[in-house]
Amino acid sequence: MSITVDTVSYTAGNTLIVNGVSLSVEKGRVLGLLGPNGSGKSSLLRLICRLRKVQSGVITLGENDVASISRAELARRVAFVEQQSNTDTQLTVLDVVKLGRTPHRGLWANWTADDEFAVEEALLRVDMLERAEQFWQTLSGGERQRVHIARALAQTPSELLLDEPTNHLDIQHQLEILSLVSKLGITSIVALHDLNLAAMFCDSLAVLQKGEVVAAGTPEDVLTEDLIGRVFGVRAHIQKSPVHGRCNIQYLMR
Amino acid sequence: MAALAVTAFLALGLMISLAVSIGEISIPVSTTAKAVANRLFGAGFELSRIHQGIVWDYRLSRALVAASAGASLALCGTVLQALLRNPLAEPYVLGISAGASSGAVCVMILGFGYGILTLSGGAFIGAVVAFLLVGVLAAGAGATSERIILCGVAGSQLFNALTSYIVTTSANAEQARGVLFWLLGSLSGVRWPDVWLSVPIALVGLFVCLAHVRALDAFAFGTDAAAALGIAVRRVQIVLFATTAAMTAGVVSMVGSIGFVGLVIPHAARFIVGPSHARLLPAAALGGAIFMVAADIISRIIIPQQILPIGVVTALFGAPAFAVILYRARRSA
Repeated sequence: MSITVDTVSYTAGNTLIVNGVSLSVEKGRVLGLLGPNGSGKSSLLRLICRLRKVQSGVITLGENDVASISRAELARRVAFVEQQSNTDTQLTVLDVVKLGRTPHRGLWANWTADDEFAVEEALLRVDMLERAEQFWQTLSGGERQRVHIARALAQTPSELLLDEPTNHLDIQHQLEILSLVSKLGITSIVALHDLNLAAMFCDSLAVLQKGEVVAAGTPEDVLTEDLIGRVFGVRAHIQKSPVHGRCNIQYLMR
Repeated sequence: MAALAVTAFLALGLMISLAVSIGEISIPVSTTAKAVANRLFGAGFELSRIHQGIVWDYRLSRALVAASAGASLALCGTVLQALLRNPLAEPYVLGISAGASSGAVCVMILGFGYGILTLSGGAFIGAVVAFLLVGVLAAGAGATSERIILCGVAGSQLFNALTSYIVTTSANAEQARGVLFWLLGSLSGVRWPDVWLSVPIALVGLFVCLAHVRALDAFAFGTDAAAALGIAVRRVQIVLFATTAAMTAGVVSMVGSIGFVGLVIPHAARFIVGPSHARLLPAAALGGAIFMVAADIISRIIIPQQILPIGVVTALFGAPAFAVILYRARRSA
């Protein structure tokens, strides 16, 4: 389903975190959410999956207002991968991915073939099937992130929200994860820091600064030398990559 | 897993029969069985009235209260550790038991509600007051799990100080001794009416907790992760905090402050059956029941002619057991 955010604002304490943001993602497309630290990317993602309450404006999934969907129903549709989330519980990889089936299972329901299939499929997709019995505590940061993504996929969502999913990954897994997300066919919003990866894998981009959208559109339209200078405060040279045809950003030394 | 469950039930049954048979007057297990059969089925075995009375009126009721209290405390610990995501969480950390002690002391020494309010009633009210106070404090402080625990610690200190103040300023020596015994937990004086309260508390508590197993599992990665998995976090927290508070208040008002069961048993159970709450909750309840009945037996036989407070036994045996669990868990992880 498509995701539409219409003039949404959110204040925490006295600080305006998200300020009149409007953006939309078409069904099956991937939107990259860019912006410096503290620009409101995480908060916006949390508003979309209703972990924070929208104070003004409307967020819709397809035809439905997010505020009107029950929490369990929402969790069957939208999966969210947090930036960093950890546990002290002695869980295996399989235990964690199985949590993704929580919104699909009744209280006394047995583990079904559907559940099993969704979990195996998810593990396979992030290449963790062979390590299903390994303990969470023994995983590297990148592996943990892949398990979280598998957990999200096990929710069999129609919308996927990822908050800097490549943060702890080595370059191989960064590329793998983003390539995976771009091929899922699930409507996704991905908060990212790496502008080149955003240009490579996202269908469209939105740039946040101090809670406001300052640019939105295709990667070619959004990623300009002027914008990067204004928003991120660095000088950059942008050219079309002769290799993959997307735009390629080279940062200049001061 | 089924074999494990059967073993645990058998162990509990065995432990309760032992608890009924062992004591200053030693009673053969066969006599115990006959006495129980007489009462339950009117079997009509010939038994001395003393034996019949000891088995039924004193020891069996005591063993059943011990078992249900142990189950309740272990359940509370398991649930609080999951909700607060803190391995140290247990009923006492929230100050509930300290509040119960203060409530009991108010009735016992200051004579609050004299004639109407029983010692247990005072303890129950104290426990609820303490829980509400800690709740208000925690809500004001931001209600993160660390803060709730800190507020609980602050509440415990406050109520313990209050209890000590009342005891040192108002109690005579005999009262002080009585209070001390009660503060450390004691099953003496427990009779059938207590069974009819403590067994339902444990069973209802177990049922409510079992109805939230998915939510408890989903809390592993924190409240936001649980909410993203479709859990109504606020509602689940309120229901489960209230349930644990009521269970603890009920237990403490009957048998006093018995430490360590709520802390140790959940970890031991997790070590045996793993972290999934569908198995962990029944395992902790059974483990708590077995542990508490065993502790009661030890408290009655370790020193001849004298009964130790059961809280002393649970701590004396629980602390080293806990150390062993931690040590082995670290090696196997």
